[in-house]
Amino acid sequence: MNARSVSMFAIMGALLVLVGFLQSPSVAMGMLNMCLISAIMALGVNIQWGYAGLFSVGTMGFAALGGLAVVLTSMPPVHDAWAAGGLGVAAALAIALAAIIAIVQIWKRMAPGLPRKALLAVIAVGGFFAYRAVLDPAVDAIEGTNTAVAGYLGGAGLPVLFSWVVAMLIAAGVAWVIGKISLGLRSDYLAIATLGIAEVIIAVLKNEDWLSRGVRNVNGLPRPVPYEVNLQTNPDFLAWADWLGLSAVEASSLFVKASYALIFIVVLAAIMWLSERAWNSPWGRMMRAIRDNETSAKAMGKNVKARHLQVFVFGSAVCGLAGAMLVTLDGLMTPGSYQPLRFTFLIWVMVIVGGSGNNWGAVLGGFLIWFLWVQVEPMGLWLIGMVTSTMAETSPLRAHLIDSAAHMRLITMGIILLLVLRFAPKGLIPEK
Amino acid sequence: MDILNALVLLANFVLVPAISYGSQLALGALGITMIYAILRFSHFAHGDVMAFGTGAVILTTWGLQGAGVSLGPLPTALLALPVGIAASAAVLLVADRSVYRFYRRVKAKPIVIVMASLGVMFVVNGLVRFIIGPNDQNFADGARFLFTVREFRDFTGLAEGMGLRVSQVITVVVTGIVVAVLFWFLNRTRTGKSMRAFSDNEDLALLSGINPERVVFVTWIIVAALITIAGTLYGLDKSFKAFTYFQLLLPMFAAAILGGMGNPLGAVAGAFVIAFSEVGVTYAYRKFLEYLLPDGMAPSGLVQLLSTDYKFAVSFVLLVIVLLVRPTGLFRGQTL
Repeated sequence: MNARSVSMFAIMGALLVLVGFLQSPSVAMGMLNMCLISAIMALGVNIQWGYAGLFSVGTMGFAALGGLAVVLTSMPPVHDAWAAGGLGVAAALAIALAAIIAIVQIWKRMAPGLPRKALLAVIAVGGFFAYRAVLDPAVDAIEGTNTAVAGYLGGAGLPVLFSWVVAMLIAAGVAWVIGKISLGLRSDYLAIATLGIAEVIIAVLKNEDWLSRGVRNVNGLPRPVPYEVNLQTNPDFLAWADWLGLSAVEASSLFVKASYALIFIVVLAAIMWLSERAWNSPWGRMMRAIRDNETSAKAMGKNVKARHLQVFVFGSAVCGLAGAMLVTLDGLMTPGSYQPLRFTFLIWVMVIVGGSGNNWGAVLGGFLIWFLWVQVEPMGLWLIGMVTSTMAETSPLRAHLIDSAAHMRLITMGIILLLVLRFAPKGLIPEK
Repeated sequence: MDILNALVLLANFVLVPAISYGSQLALGALGITMIYAILRFSHFAHGDVMAFGTGAVILTTWGLQGAGVSLGPLPTALLALPVGIAASAAVLLVADRSVYRFYRRVKAKPIVIVMASLGVMFVVNGLVRFIIGPNDQNFADGARFLFTVREFRDFTGLAEGMGLRVSQVITVVVTGIVVAVLFWFLNRTRTGKSMRAFSDNEDLALLSGINPERVVFVTWIIVAALITIAGTLYGLDKSFKAFTYFQLLLPMFAAAILGGMGNPLGAVAGAFVIAFSEVGVTYAYRKFLEYLLPDGMAPSGLVQLLSTDYKFAVSFVLLVIVLLVRPTGLFRGQTL
């Protein structure tokens, strides 16, 4: 890091401190937490784009998988539901897996021709019907048990921090399958395939109630930090808050947010350290060689497709981790809240603006763009308020403009992306 | 066994909806494939420009309705189409002049232009929400049905009926005309031929004196017409919502790739494959089978392969199969 980038991080920090003074320390801490998560997500995308030039627009899907991992790992298991249909679901998934393995093996081992096609079709269709026949009754049984509070299988009841590792593994697994299918073809096919898988993952999360409670959401996820209520009744904490001169409510909220921030900073530092090590290693040089000239890298005997697959899996795992952290911070899993503009394209703006191919740049982009994303809305409202202040109170145009001010931030983000891409394609902190 | 009733049932719930949905997708996929063939990048702002054009059509339709203009049984939106096409053409041309042309000049990697189209997508998406809002809008008027399920039943005396909505008929007729005109244009006119030449071999085309900027200009105009018509037909058939149009990006891309990127005929074929699979897989076949199977063998469940919430999964699965088995698509792609 040179003086330029240090000063930019300092400005960013000053902005957050300013928010702490102008709005409230609690708002600033909340924003810092989201900035840290955004930075990790941006690092994940930067691993794909900056290191290898892979264009994936499935960040939303991998983040959502991370959220699912938190539910599946940390929620206590719902024993009634398991008794009602756990076995059925497990059997159905086993059937699906067996069918897929059979299809892949037949595809690899049999000679191409009509018999192979026929056999593949029979296994695919038969496997699908067998899967549904076993799954449907089990799902009905699970969703029927205690629907109001559960109606799903629950999780494994493990510590929530462990779920972050699971999140990386699940995201990596799905990324491997997608990469295996769409890498090695024209570069924009990966973009379209990831766009598709993200939509499919969200559809699964919304509709498979037995897995994630669907749009009824999962509330009350375990936290890695203490609860405000418990802190407010803890005499030691109250004494400490008193010493700081803060009210118990304010101090407990700040303490919880600061604890989250601490955990997030540790994770960010770890990923940053690993990314920098990878970037400066022979492996990193090889990735850049492939990115800058695929043909000559191939001529040097590098297996381009395998390396692309590797880096795509790494990047997606990091996105999955960030998604898990986000759900942990919120304490609830809401499949309906995943919007591609917010979870995929905004992350891309972070990477491009920050500086693709530079990890520090991605982190700075994550901070800055999240800050703007949050602050542009009030600014837009203020701007519209100024513009429309001369209009009559009852003017329908004025009401419409004020209602629509929230959409200003999409336009702003788009313009920022276009301007940076055109006039400063290297971003704020360029690649070394 | 009652084959006739079963067929009518299938026609009402699968055949007719799939044909009209397929026609709408076909126009959208044709736009994607045209951009790919001439400008050689995947245009991610497609769905949002489609929403923009449709939004302009809707506002004009409301204006016309307010002024008391009407086409009788036909939807007023048809009259508003030119305004919508002009609006989306303006957006696309402004985007081309201010964004895409620069990358064309510096011969940027296609993926960078794709990324720029993401920026355009953001801006246009924001504009659409700003102007018309994120909510559902209904702008269909005129007669709703050519004939209803009841009329069909009374007329034929069958137990099952089949309705035909005006919007569905209009969709198929308009799509037929548009596709015919487009193919005539590409194959018979001088400009169309120069576009095909440009798509086939850019260097040779430039050498023979074809003006590339003119080809690009004409392409954007054609694309604007295609997607505005597609969006308006989709909106008349279902309803208009900005986010739905963004989501149509996936089936449209899937259709274009399925048919072979850059191949107009393929895009149309791919669109119908996607539409029929989507509608066919998400339809509940219980009643259909009840008519076909002997008594007592009727299925107990809905016999619905996938719930309608998974319709995008159908496009995705088809896309994956094509990428695995035949990445060039059904018809070999790349050129117009």
